[in-house]
Amino acid sequence: MGSVGAKEVPVLLNADGLRIDGRRLDELRPIQIRAGPLPQADGSAFVEWGQNKVMAAVYGPREVHPRHLQQSTKAVIQCRYNMAAFSVDERKRPGLDRRSQEISKVIAEAFESVVFAEEFPRTSIDVYIEVLQANAGTRCAGLVAASVALADAGIPMVDLLPAVAVGKIDNAIALDLKKEEDNFGQADLPMALVPQSGRLVLLQMEGHMTEPELAQALELGVGGCRVIHEKMKAALRERYSTAPLAAGAA
Amino acid sequence: MKPGPGTYRVGGKVYASQLGLLSPRPPLLQVVPLSGRYLPKPGDQVVGTVTDVQSTFWLLDIGAPRWAPLHMTGAPWKVDVGETERYLRTGDAVVVRVENLDATGRIGVTMLGEGLGKLEGGTLVRISPARVPRLVGRGGSMIDTITRHTAAQVAIGQNGRVWIGGSPEAIRRVREVLEMIEENGPRSGLTDRVERFLLATTPVAREEGGPAARVVPHDDGPPSADAAPMEDEPAEPGPADE
Repeated sequence: MGSVGAKEVPVLLNADGLRIDGRRLDELRPIQIRAGPLPQADGSAFVEWGQNKVMAAVYGPREVHPRHLQQSTKAVIQCRYNMAAFSVDERKRPGLDRRSQEISKVIAEAFESVVFAEEFPRTSIDVYIEVLQANAGTRCAGLVAASVALADAGIPMVDLLPAVAVGKIDNAIALDLKKEEDNFGQADLPMALVPQSGRLVLLQMEGHMTEPELAQALELGVGGCRVIHEKMKAALRERYSTAPLAAGAA
Repeated sequence: MKPGPGTYRVGGKVYASQLGLLSPRPPLLQVVPLSGRYLPKPGDQVVGTVTDVQSTFWLLDIGAPRWAPLHMTGAPWKVDVGETERYLRTGDAVVVRVENLDATGRIGVTMLGEGLGKLEGGTLVRISPARVPRLVGRGGSMIDTITRHTAAQVAIGQNGRVWIGGSPEAIRRVREVLEMIEENGPRSGLTDRVERFLLATTPVAREEGGPAARVVPHDDGPPSADAAPMEDEPAEPGPADE
């Protein structure tokens, strides 16, 4: 991969209105969600979303570390979003950087608005998100994984939190940008939805959109979130299936 | 119907707040959780490990949201202030009973009572607290089956921590059974399957009348979650639906 300036801007939308991976403007990348892959954690989930691969683990409610963060009336929600050094094709310098700190903060705040934290005073709910392979939209993939992991951990909350990014490519509003579209597009708008109330608990924007474009993008994103919500529920249903044992299975 | 445990109400509708099985108990609508940490209840007997030793108490990890202090007056020994470490050290396993809970979630435990005390030797295994009723079985059928076919001692905590004592072979077999229960918890026909497994793997020369099982009794308290298979209830995953 060369630097952005040295590279020719790819054609993001062809004459048929299809994107570089053949999707239409309102299509999501393929998503697979598995609940509970990590038995050691209180809850966990693995999400493969397009070429993103993200693992999330939840511990808690448990004793707060460091202690001074403890709150006497509710649980604190601590989130660490981290990208593996090998998650992108040019090695990412490991550890906390400003970007991962910001993403950790906005994800923790999104969960604070849905988790019934008052039920567990003086405790901590720790959410770990590890991005193993990145291809744009990892904060949304991480949020979806973490949300399924929280449900898997039995944490009481208003609802699951589906998330997706909408962007602007070649002057068109498109759902769920992949890497090339994110890099060479005109705007990126990640959001997380509370399906039960229709509220957005995460909304960020990079780039420029007109007011009508923003309205269109929000509508497209909310629709995408509702599709993802069904996949999240299906993943949990599969994990906790009560189907009887297959006869003779050993 | 009124919102019960595991639910909340908005605008006249009741929603699940936890992943679990819908279990209406009129006039309450409740969701019985299928996962999650152990939530202590007074009277529960639990297996824990010592995480910290102070001069007048020990802190125990019982898998609950918070550590539980065991005060030296709740120990079955005459402990002098500052001498706590002579009786229990970090890492030791114990059986205690939950005595009380306060509004802030502080957990009081005691080691005074029958079946309570320090565990020597053996091994500790964790299962999901939601699986404990399955491990005990209806009227103790599952745990009876396990101890009848292995010469192991088993102490079950309501918190999903299980202590197994006995020969390495017995411990290994009980551990395998625990894995079966953990994986197949919500399915029916488990006790029969466990029995078939144990019969099929019984060592030829099994010693007769091994040590009696040490089963921490489990109470069939009101929420009586589900001490038995839940065949027909649908999985109702995650916060959703009315």
